[in-house]
Amino acid sequence: MSTYQLINSAPVAAIGKPIDRIDGILKVTGTAPYTAELAVPNLAYGVVVGSAIAHGSVRALDVTEALAVRGVVTILTHQNAPRVQLLPERLGETLLRGEGGMTESRQPLQDGAVHYAGQPLAVVVAETYEAARHAATLVRVTYNQLPPQLAVTPAIRQTAPEQYLGNESEKLQVTIGKPDAALAAAAVQVQRVYQSATTHHNPIEPLATIAQWESRDGADFLTLYDANRFVKGLQEVASTAFAMPKENVRVLCKYVGGAFGAKGWMFPPPLLAAMAAKLARRPVKIEWRRQQMFSVAGQRPATKQRLALGAEKDGAITALLHHSQSTSSAVSGFVEPCARMTRMMYGIPNIGFTHKVTHLNLPSPSTMRGPGEVVGGFALESALDELAYELKMDPVALRLRNYAEKNPETGKPWSSKHLRQCYDRGRSLIGWADRKATPRSVRKGRAWLGYGMASTMYPARQREATVKATLFADGRAVVQCATHEIGNGAYTVFQQISADELSLPVERVRFELGDSDFPQAPASGGSTTTSTVGPAAVKACRALIDSLKRLAVQAAQSPLTGAAMDAIEARDGKLVLKEATNQGEAYNEILRRANLPSLTAEGSGKAGPESEQYSFYSFGAVFAQVWVDEACGSVQVKRLCGVYDAGRVINPKTARSQIVGGMMMGLGATLMEETVYDPRNGRAVVRSLADYHAPCCADTPVMDVEFLNIPDPHIGGDFGARGIGEIGCVGTPAAISNAIFNATGKRVRSLPITLDKLLEG
Amino acid sequence: MRPFAFSSATDAASAAQMVAANSSTRFLAGGTNLVDLMKEDVERPTAVVSIGDLPFAQIQSTASGISIGATANNTDTANNPTIRQAFPLLTQAILAGASQQIRNMATAGGNLNQRTRCSYFYDTAMPCNKREAGSGCGALGGVNRMHAIFGWSNSCVAVHPSDMCIALAALDATVNVQGPKGARSISFADYHRLPGTTPQRDNTLTQGELITSIEIPQNNFAGHSHYLKLRDRSSYAFALLSVAAALEINGNTIKAVRIALGGVAHKPWRATVAERFLTGKAATEANFKLAADREMVAAKPLQHNKFKVTLGRRAIVRALMNAMAGTGTPTQEN
Repeated sequence: MSTYQLINSAPVAAIGKPIDRIDGILKVTGTAPYTAELAVPNLAYGVVVGSAIAHGSVRALDVTEALAVRGVVTILTHQNAPRVQLLPERLGETLLRGEGGMTESRQPLQDGAVHYAGQPLAVVVAETYEAARHAATLVRVTYNQLPPQLAVTPAIRQTAPEQYLGNESEKLQVTIGKPDAALAAAAVQVQRVYQSATTHHNPIEPLATIAQWESRDGADFLTLYDANRFVKGLQEVASTAFAMPKENVRVLCKYVGGAFGAKGWMFPPPLLAAMAAKLARRPVKIEWRRQQMFSVAGQRPATKQRLALGAEKDGAITALLHHSQSTSSAVSGFVEPCARMTRMMYGIPNIGFTHKVTHLNLPSPSTMRGPGEVVGGFALESALDELAYELKMDPVALRLRNYAEKNPETGKPWSSKHLRQCYDRGRSLIGWADRKATPRSVRKGRAWLGYGMASTMYPARQREATVKATLFADGRAVVQCATHEIGNGAYTVFQQISADELSLPVERVRFELGDSDFPQAPASGGSTTTSTVGPAAVKACRALIDSLKRLAVQAAQSPLTGAAMDAIEARDGKLVLKEATNQGEAYNEILRRANLPSLTAEGSGKAGPESEQYSFYSFGAVFAQVWVDEACGSVQVKRLCGVYDAGRVINPKTARSQIVGGMMMGLGATLMEETVYDPRNGRAVVRSLADYHAPCCADTPVMDVEFLNIPDPHIGGDFGARGIGEIGCVGTPAAISNAIFNATGKRVRSLPITLDKLLEG
Repeated sequence: MRPFAFSSATDAASAAQMVAANSSTRFLAGGTNLVDLMKEDVERPTAVVSIGDLPFAQIQSTASGISIGATANNTDTANNPTIRQAFPLLTQAILAGASQQIRNMATAGGNLNQRTRCSYFYDTAMPCNKREAGSGCGALGGVNRMHAIFGWSNSCVAVHPSDMCIALAALDATVNVQGPKGARSISFADYHRLPGTTPQRDNTLTQGELITSIEIPQNNFAGHSHYLKLRDRSSYAFALLSVAAALEINGNTIKAVRIALGGVAHKPWRATVAERFLTGKAATEANFKLAADREMVAAKPLQHNKFKVTLGRRAIVRALMNAMAGTGTPTQEN
């Protein structure tokens, strides 16, 4: 590992230290309060009734029997629901509605149309959760049924969005050079079809919202406690929906029990709670059941991808084509951006890709950790492995032969790329030299042993955020931003960053988040939180130190009086002269003399002009060793090694945890995770944690995770950290699948690679 | 979940009377399945009678074998020293099922009476003859990868979910019950039913009959038994297919053999064809293969579970090979 170049030369530096999670003890002792556990006076409980059918409309909704249950307060249906405005077209730069948009274009309970099974049709509100659950079973719904459209056929409505989430720089139908001609002319061609199943995030904490309306001075105020990773987004959506000033809506979320792409962009659940609370005229909590999460929380849609590679005999790839098709609901334009890795990973002169969306009567999809990269990367990196096999070439050598020295689509140089080091280190960690090029070469008892590898990547971005830092006279500091703790370590790393900038020990600094009253932050997603909030925290803390300096140099009694600002530095809770560090005074002295209880400063960060000059990505290499018991079709992943070039690492412990979790999620997608819908009625057939197989401890291999830890010189000035939330998922599926091929000679091109596919393959 | 009356039984006879008197009353033991089904609105009892206080938790050796009380929990049963030593197949099977937390609560009697995990049974918006007679079988023409390949009917293709019961079937257990009309014993093979046209009935108990204990006769299988479970996840997953295999070998000759399959039928499926074929023959892989082939010939797979036929053949051979090698020593699994 390279050494950390510390942002501030303070001796108390916390950045780069593997300190424990601030919220770790709270979480493992069950004392971190999650949304559904919050106590709100006079709370009523909402239980949602979902549609039994996948397509049609409500003919009649009989609530007589349900209303008669003792304790029922009211029942919200499309007939009595408050009318709300449409979603804003965009949230910040993100397109919400329409083709290629993020989410459902409709608002809940505004009409009786049914577009997918499980779609919310009523909310039963009662004094107790038990009464609401009981009454919900007594709501009688009859339907005008239409035949649901559930299979991808040419007759179904298809779209081909031009951009992902309305982003100019992420076009979805792209041709670079002449890929078709180059493919036809290539000495070697590999053309394959890869598929991936629908998968769900399944965070341990289900969706939950408590909505509370208050009237103050004749104006309505709405507070939403919501399991959420985008408090500012929900604030804007709710204020738009109810046509009220943004300041009158407050969204709070201090802890999120996992999100993985959920809990950010699916707005109907919290809006239903707000509508129910408005109708009931009292606070309402809706805690969704696990079974309902398979209908309303979003999912990674199923994909079918045609991939073609053309290459010279020496391994130089001349053509790459990637045509993907994903499914969406009838009311969402969301597209799985399968070519995210295809468009940038290798130095290929001719690249073409398309994205089509088929609109079915299935629940609306959403982003899921590594959107596009996980399943698109599986296709690309599997095809590369197939090409390497055809060429009798080492898979790493093939990747090095096609190493991209610049972004092949834009021609821009990389902001920072050291992928060769990742390949090298990964090879040595896994023991790549032991790999036999010929499948079915190594026995381990009754199993075949195999090795596989894949490249991994993730876009790096700095978004816009503002942070507020306050120093109190007792020497403590509080730093605030409307970002989120989704298990990503936000509380911990921003405390570390702020402590270093303020030159205070970490325990004297508290970082606060999850409140829409705090300064601006984007959704915690896209692996951007550290690289977005981090630089803003640095700026806020530096501004705060500058304010302190001004107070000191202007105070006649201060030992620093009259000193030049840049002659002073922060050190161990004091301002001192750089040239005479024994001359200075403590922060609290400065505040006390100025008769100030506290001192506050704000700082904002956003991508600078460099963001237009460079192409920003994190890179990595994943290596897997598997044992496959062919007779019984069982796969054991014995080892996973990942080496990552993700910029500066703020906290090696939380960073490793992120990657380990990501790799396990990749392992789950590869071997077992799959949501199945009934082909006739569109209802989720898999809808519990018993049937949805997310990997467990017994599935966990020995894992080696390493970071190059080379700061990116073009992110946040000297900040240098890129995101790591998603890169661990990406690459892992192909690395495992390629290892299964190396072990058995069987190539399963459809995720998940379950026992039955291996038996029949 | 709907409101229900709750009471705790103080003696078996009155508990049986209470449940017999009202067809919408249920016994409650560990609650690991019944409570889930009530939350899903699948089971809608108007009254629940807890049998947790009844004195049925003992596990004791008897003159002819071992007796497991109906309310002994799965963890205690699996870890009972006599069972570990003399009936390791049972320990292995129990530890292959559920999770530690569930095994701590789940009881022996409840394990026998747990209901299928068929998704169509669990979702009240789907048709299911087991849940609602006459509504049809959703799985027959739906998603049936997990479903039966033996003994199913057009009314129901669900499978029994237990691991423990597969071992009990192989070990020729007896189920002792007490009901409003007195006590009786039911051989394990007769305890669970095939669906036929009445899949709503999982077993041959009558309303109000309560399991008091399960007996396993002594055997000579302890050195050569194995429970093999094949599933989509290494722990906390129901079997795609499982095999309980036990051998008594004299020299190289199979003196006695027991094979039961899980995940293939509405009840634990004794592989009697394979057993008959192997009895008296040499314990060789070749004979195991012939036996497995003969057993699986009768399999009738559905649209999505054809793999179970191949898997069954291989799993029977693998379980017998493991049993022969003596790899039946119980280990703690998750």
